[in-house]
Amino acid sequence: MFSSRSRRSTLALAALSLAASTAFAAGEPVIGLVTKTETNPFFVKMKEGAQEEAKKLGAKLLSGAGKADGDNAGQITAMENMIAAGAKTILITPSDAKAIVPAIKKARDKGIMVIALDSPADPPDATDALFATNNYTAGVLIGEYAKAAMAGKTPKIVALDLLPGHPVGAQRHNGFMKGFGLAANDAKSNELSKTPEIACMADSFGDQAKAQTAMENCLQKAPDVNLVYTINEPAAAGAYNALKRAGKEKGVLIVSVDGGCQGIKDTAAGVIAATSQQYPLKMAAMGVAAGVEFAKTGKKASGYVDTGVTLIAGKSVPGVDSKDTKTGAELCWGKK
Amino acid sequence: MAKSPTHHIPWGALGPWLALLGACIFFATQSDRFLTGGNLSLILQQVMVVGVIAIGQTLIILTAGIDLSCGMVMALGSIIMSKFATELGLPVPVAILCGIGVTTLFGLLNGLLVTRIKLPPFIVTLGTLNIAFAITQLYSSSQTITDLPAGLTGLGTTFAIGNAEVAWGSVLMVALYALAWFVLRETGAGRHIYAVGNNAEATRLVGIPTQRVLLGVYVAAGVLYGIASLLSVARTGVGDPNAGQTENLDAITAVVLGGTSLFGGRGVVLGSLIGVLIVGVFRNGLTLMGVSSIYQVLVTGVLVILAVAADQLSRRGAR
Amino acid sequence: MNVVANPKIVMQAKGLVKRYGHVTALDGVDFELREGEILAVIGDNGAGKSSLIKALSGATIPDEGEILLDGAPVHFRNPLDARRAGIETVYQDLAVAPAMTIYENLFLGRELRRPGFLGSVLRMLDKKKMLVESMARMQDLKVGIQSMTQAVETLSGGQRQCVAVARSAAFARHVVIMDEPTAALGVKEGNMVLELIRRVRDRGLPVVLISHNMPHVFEVADRIHVARLGKRAAVLNPKKISMSDTVAVMTGAMTADQLPAEAHA
Repeated sequence: MFSSRSRRSTLALAALSLAASTAFAAGEPVIGLVTKTETNPFFVKMKEGAQEEAKKLGAKLLSGAGKADGDNAGQITAMENMIAAGAKTILITPSDAKAIVPAIKKARDKGIMVIALDSPADPPDATDALFATNNYTAGVLIGEYAKAAMAGKTPKIVALDLLPGHPVGAQRHNGFMKGFGLAANDAKSNELSKTPEIACMADSFGDQAKAQTAMENCLQKAPDVNLVYTINEPAAAGAYNALKRAGKEKGVLIVSVDGGCQGIKDTAAGVIAATSQQYPLKMAAMGVAAGVEFAKTGKKASGYVDTGVTLIAGKSVPGVDSKDTKTGAELCWGKK
Repeated sequence: MAKSPTHHIPWGALGPWLALLGACIFFATQSDRFLTGGNLSLILQQVMVVGVIAIGQTLIILTAGIDLSCGMVMALGSIIMSKFATELGLPVPVAILCGIGVTTLFGLLNGLLVTRIKLPPFIVTLGTLNIAFAITQLYSSSQTITDLPAGLTGLGTTFAIGNAEVAWGSVLMVALYALAWFVLRETGAGRHIYAVGNNAEATRLVGIPTQRVLLGVYVAAGVLYGIASLLSVARTGVGDPNAGQTENLDAITAVVLGGTSLFGGRGVVLGSLIGVLIVGVFRNGLTLMGVSSIYQVLVTGVLVILAVAADQLSRRGAR
Repeated sequence: MNVVANPKIVMQAKGLVKRYGHVTALDGVDFELREGEILAVIGDNGAGKSSLIKALSGATIPDEGEILLDGAPVHFRNPLDARRAGIETVYQDLAVAPAMTIYENLFLGRELRRPGFLGSVLRMLDKKKMLVESMARMQDLKVGIQSMTQAVETLSGGQRQCVAVARSAAFARHVVIMDEPTAALGVKEGNMVLELIRRVRDRGLPVVLISHNMPHVFEVADRIHVARLGKRAAVLNPKKISMSDTVAVMTGAMTADQLPAEAHA
């Protein structure tokens, strides 16, 4: 992650050219997938899904990513290399929704089809299409579940968020507030809503160890917490650790978003009460299919396709539609 | 604490203590939960991983070197330990030794590249940083390793002192600091580390085996990173391939905050403990105050500059 | 000059040759150091004086020739060998660790350990003993520094030089070699160092002194070894020859046989 960018992109270009030239020789459609990072299991799964679909449909998949969440320049470089190597479709999960737009426009001007995956560019119509999951809805679902599961108890909430200003973090957080019935910002806002029911808000950076530290500190501030909203399942695991060490894990509800296989296991074990499951594989597969269609018929994909989010809960509560963890385990992404 | 023979003006050595004290007083006024035994022992737990890494980093920086790979090597160690104990089913002590063995090997690699091939430590550890990261991701397939046997996480368990819960890992960290402090202050090997950092050519001319001292420092750091990886596993209960990414700079920050000079030959290892505590206190205190984590980053940056400036000014005043 | 009938020769070199590629730095040079004297080694750049000193202190290994210490041949493979044989060198850049204290620098590389278990198993240093000994050595040589726990970097240039000289004098058993000890020092400090060098000689250690500073050489040396073109051009008596004639021999304007007999030493 600290390696020289120019050296990395030269090697990548060479590799991509080699790959693409063999693709050209065989006449396969070439599709590029640019994720935010290489290492987040969500994107690892996305890449796998894309590769499977590409193999099935006889297309060549090139993949790349930024060095870290928010690395816009790295994504632009990857995109440029893939186009130079012959990709006619780019699938991208934008690290910075606004900053990526000029590069997308340049690509589309060349006739490349660009589809955003998982979250939109800003403005959303900067890309040809969007195959995403609605992070706000994901938050709303777990908010509704939490409200019903609390059954009228006064909520003392700890919110473990991503990091300040991140749209995905804001959407999930605000959706949760909305679903719970508290004053919340709308889906377009990047600001985290806060009401008196939230006793402590801290940043977890989506990392288990940091979430544990954040939860421990919040417990000092709000020892009588009974509900924890977490940005993703690793953060939920960290929060649970902190609660367990303090002996408080029984009386606290933890909700999360992701639907990874480890998270579903945690839900089945009672660590997480409910989680909103998203489908990175589906997004990627749809993207590859669209790319193949474009290469064969010239027809571009358009519009917004919601790849869906399902509420998975260990125990169902009245008034809220949810699926059980068995279903969740079948649909989950990650190591099964 | 001031009788270090390398600082005869106390300000350089006292600075970090004053900063820590000041921070504690400030946060005590902002939240009545800050100064409780439970909260303070919590902070001690939260800093134990970076704290142990910082010991190794201090040794290296004292020789005018630097180690950018420390966090990544620690992550590799924790993946090795976790995988060996779960997938390969090795007994816990063996798995732990393997993890520490791997981190020590990386320390040896760094040391050999610095002493035999004579490459600058910055460049060497920049390279091993990437190598360790890649191996960690590949070997773990970027998946967190869970369901670890209890022996592996033992150091995370706590015992009670009054209403404070102290983790065994924190005790180990403090013990390691005491050991490092003793070696650096009272033994020839420790004084040679300072000498090499202060004037490597001089040590060569007076017959001190300079290359051996340097190699020893990098290997010792490797062992310490291995212990830190065990503490990391103990604290979080998992082997996390994405751990250690911020620990690289956090450890260096702690060493600088503690008053050790990046030019080598000056500093007190206990300062690094104060350095990690300062960062931990701010993180804890700001959360209790409900202040955004961005301010924590800002405060750290300001403190680092103050720490380096204070050290420079105190030494200029000595002339 | 110490007038001795048959002066004992402490260190001797015969026919030393050292080549670096096409360059011959030492071309069969002889060298003789007598008991109880200060021998200055002078010579123009390229005359071979630093190569000679390096061979004597073990920093380089000569290609041909032999070195004798107290009449017995010695072969130094590195500076450590020379040190072990009792030859100490004060280098031009002093080789001190500035941030460390005077007593630590004095004992650098030769630290004393505490007796018994603390010293052998825990390997603890005997700081008090080193402090006391440093104080004693410095007082012996009449160096006027009060506290041994001062950091060397707080000392003036001349005082630092004294620390380096005292270190060599403290541990030398046979010879002390000093490379340009008064260079970069002011008049007062330079004289202080010269006084110290005399005291080292008076305590029984012969001194080899490399210097470009003619007035200092003439002030303190008992004999002067003139190096020229990789050989020894002459050994002169500073009391019986003028500074300008010495410089002439050094540059080759005058040859040794043009000098009167009493000028040789």
